Amino acid sequence: MIMEITVEVNGSSYTRSVEPRLLLVHFLRDELGLTGTHWGCDTSNCGTCVVWLDDVPVKSCTVLAVMADGHSVRTVEGLEGADGLDPVQQGFMACHGLQCGFCTPGMLMTARWLIDHNPAPSEADIREAISGQLCRCTGYENIVRSVRWAAEHEAGLRERTVEDAGTEVQA
Amino acid sequence: MQVPAQFRYEKAVSVEHALTLLGRYGPESRVVAGGHSLIPMMKLRLAQPEALIDINDLHELAIISVERHVLCIGALTRHADLLSSALVGEHFPIFHDAERVIADPVVRNRGTVGGSLCQADPSEDLSAAFAAVRGEAVIVSPEGRRTVPVREFFLGPYQTVVDPGELLVQLRVPIRSSASAYQKVERRAGDWAVAAAGAELVLDDGVVADAGIGLAALGAPNFHAREAESFLVGGPATDERFAEAARIAAEHCNPIADQRGPEEYKRHLAKTLVTRVLSVARTRWHGLHSGEKAR
Repeated sequence: MIMEITVEVNGSSYTRSVEPRLLLVHFLRDELGLTGTHWGCDTSNCGTCVVWLDDVPVKSCTVLAVMADGHSVRTVEGLEGADGLDPVQQGFMACHGLQCGFCTPGMLMTARWLIDHNPAPSEADIREAISGQLCRCTGYENIVRSVRWAAEHEAGLRERTVEDAGTEVQA
Repeated sequence: MQVPAQFRYEKAVSVEHALTLLGRYGPESRVVAGGHSLIPMMKLRLAQPEALIDINDLHELAIISVERHVLCIGALTRHADLLSSALVGEHFPIFHDAERVIADPVVRNRGTVGGSLCQADPSEDLSAAFAAVRGEAVIVSPEGRRTVPVREFFLGPYQTVVDPGELLVQLRVPIRSSASAYQKVERRAGDWAVAAAGAELVLDDGVVADAGIGLAALGAPNFHAREAESFLVGGPATDERFAEAARIAAEHCNPIADQRGPEEYKRHLAKTLVTRVLSVARTRWHGLHSGEKAR
């Protein structure tokens, strides 16, 4: 059985003919060439394949591509904005949040979602959020620091924006 | 690379459509929602359905509500939504306790309440939680709908009373003045339970008016500890009585030795966890009713 599906990925619409058994992670990597999403354990344990499906992080090795038909997906390639890398990407650079980098795409997608929903996460919040994702290099310390860096950096940016707005009003 | 075998795929657009598709494809078809049990099993060929019927678009099955003093939880409710529901937490904190230790946050975004029950894994936390609070399962078929107590829902490991042509659509829990709690011992974050227990208590002036005790991963018949519940009812809600109830629960369950531990260890956990959840439920009861006492 072959089915035609249309999936919006990082804002662009893609139509492909796929077998129903094709997993979302392989659709992204093999059909669309978006190899930023990694494929690891195949058992929904390691979390390197995390992408957003309709704005919610999911493990794409355990979602069928046909389930994403008519839905939107955001991958690590969709993090960078017009003004450069996303703050979580910057945080991982600033705080050495990766060594081999295999777990990083999944960590970044979960971190982005966490900060969107909890702009000032505690260390416990961060550790809970990434508890379904494995890193064999960092011992998680630097990943937690990276996410905190991103959250604090964004909070700082917001404050400065407010200050700037205040200055403009005064001027 | 683990990939499922070939299958046909259909997206149901309504409950009636899902039932039609189930009838059309017969017993070799499977309903898929979150897919976090079924898809891994299909990768390993532990399951090889000829057709998958996707019910993810049936949003009417993803609603949590209270209707006439009954908490209604749609079968398609994601674990994450059960955990974030204030309504659920207000009436049955046992579900929030359990959800915090079910898999991990990303898996909870996808996995569903109905899927967890229908999978009927002997270690499923929600099965024990629903058994503790005496929930009911609403099952529909082309012939109509029937309601089955969760305590009669399971026929054995990975087997339920849901027939091939039927669909689990809702879980219902009658709301009463009670307090509840759930605890689990796991080897690492997000793992299945080595052992887990949940309890619901109704107290009346220090006496146990009603008690429900659920057990997961302990081989308890239908996920509950009937003998321990009977022992508790009518007696004082004291530490000594809780310890004895826990001893009875540990004696009557049937844990098996596996990679998560030997039988003796699991019985020890059963005893410890039942004692603890009864104690937490009692504390919560007093927290809820301290105002009444003062008056």
